[in-house]
Amino acid sequence: MLAIYKKELRSYFTSAVGYVFIAAFLAVNGFIFSLNTIQVGSTGQRYDISQYYIMLLFVFSILIPLLTMKIFSDEKKLKTEQLLLTAPVGLVSIVTAKFLSAYTMFAGTYLVSCLNYYVLFRYGKPTAGVIYGHIIGILLIGAAFVAIGVFVSSLTENQISAAVLTITILLGTLVINFLNDYIDITFIRVVLSWISIYSRFFTFTYGIFDINACIYYVSIVIIFLFLTVRIYEKRRWE
Amino acid sequence: MIKVENLVKRFGDKMAVNDISFTVEDGEIVGFLGPNGAGKSTTLNIMTGYLSSTSGSASIDGFDILESPTEAKTRIGFLPEQPPLYLDMTVEEYLNFIYDLKKCTLNRKKHIMEICDVVKISDVYKRIIRNLSKGYRQRVGIAQTLVGNPKVIIFDEPTIGLDPKQIIEIRNLIRMLGRDHTVILSTHILSEVQSVCDRIIIINKGKIVADQPTEDISKVLEGKRRYMMKICGPQKNVMDLLKSRQGVTYVETMNEHELDSTAYLIESEPGVDIRKTLFYALAENNYPIIGIEAMGVSLEDIFISLVDQTPQAKTKKKRVKTDPVKEEVQ
Repeated sequence: MLAIYKKELRSYFTSAVGYVFIAAFLAVNGFIFSLNTIQVGSTGQRYDISQYYIMLLFVFSILIPLLTMKIFSDEKKLKTEQLLLTAPVGLVSIVTAKFLSAYTMFAGTYLVSCLNYYVLFRYGKPTAGVIYGHIIGILLIGAAFVAIGVFVSSLTENQISAAVLTITILLGTLVINFLNDYIDITFIRVVLSWISIYSRFFTFTYGIFDINACIYYVSIVIIFLFLTVRIYEKRRWE
Repeated sequence: MIKVENLVKRFGDKMAVNDISFTVEDGEIVGFLGPNGAGKSTTLNIMTGYLSSTSGSASIDGFDILESPTEAKTRIGFLPEQPPLYLDMTVEEYLNFIYDLKKCTLNRKKHIMEICDVVKISDVYKRIIRNLSKGYRQRVGIAQTLVGNPKVIIFDEPTIGLDPKQIIEIRNLIRMLGRDHTVILSTHILSEVQSVCDRIIIINKGKIVADQPTEDISKVLEGKRRYMMKICGPQKNVMDLLKSRQGVTYVETMNEHELDSTAYLIESEPGVDIRKTLFYALAENNYPIIGIEAMGVSLEDIFISLVDQTPQAKTKKKRVKTDPVKEEVQ
């Protein structure tokens, strides 16, 4: 498992993908961060950091698929999956290792971007709880995004279609969340809020550590990784 | 020891592998021969655990590939039809990755260097796989199978797409590996199995047609001598002369002319070399031979010959379709 994890992590840096992801992420993140905090603050208004996170979620929906698009599709295309599947390594280990490598890229880059908060703490008085809540929320929701991306990548051997499909799903759930406010029927609202992975994020933004949301995101990760394993098992048997 | 029992694999309605059973003893080199789509790759893929069988079992040293996959897989080195290479890695990185992947416990550096020496890739050790030629890539693929020193090595079409020189090199390499390992290789090239393997398993349409030592199969083929001769002179006279000779069972003119010669397809009785007889006979009559070419035996011919040995009503019917030439003769 460690071998595959290291190999995947390495492959981000031997191709442009890893650098593009890190550069794009840090640049866009820095831009919207300063836009929502320093820019707003300099006009004398009270800044609302939750705006920054909503924008950030949009950015993730587009950037995370970059990390996951080729994670399985490329193996299929290059026929290297035969090597992994005939090696003395279980399917669960393969899928977990690949998920963790993409997640390491995501979480690592995000934590680097957290240096931004230094400025905030240095020159302003943000509520620390809100910030920590956000960081934990982002790390959890990011894991769910990565798991969905990994799953989608196992469905196709074309990177681009994997990326487009993942972006569609992630943005789709985001849209559902906004639409939800306009629906009167409680039942549908409840169902939709279950589907929408964003809805549970917002409790974190109030600085509340929501154990339910935590379990929800971990479950999403487990479900999609399990589905990925199933996809491979099914392909073997069909 | 490899044991395959009543293996069946169905893809939808299609029977890719239909009740195949065989065993391979330690140290054997076994060739899987069959035309494209015969079920060779599918069988190998099931044996290595890449695919699951619809029914039946495959085991290596008593470890079933489905029930104890890890145990079974550590005993196999597998080279699929397309070598599974990560093109952005160097050979060094790739082999080290395989070493980790297979949880190898041998001395890392020494083991990898030994493999590189055996398959002769030491000179490209530091190079990126993407930049290597097809022959080298195939060697790296073979190197990969040797990591961890597995008992059984399985090659799926190891020489496909290589040039003649590389083919010979790879065959020599496989022969050498056969000294310390059990080797199974699949191919659709007859001469390949003849030159490398101790035993040949021929499959067609998902079934085993023959499973014999190479010598036995070679003997069957001995009988099938066919030549293409280019002979100058009037076609009718030459035809009559050729037909009148003893040992000649069939003559046909081919639509190929060079100078004033015509090409003839000549078949002889089993075990008789008619080349000398024909040479003298034709020379006597002043019909010079300007070319002789031994015609290769096609896989199709082998199936027919082998099926002939165990005649069945069904297969006879097939023969009419597949080899009208032979039918005419009888």
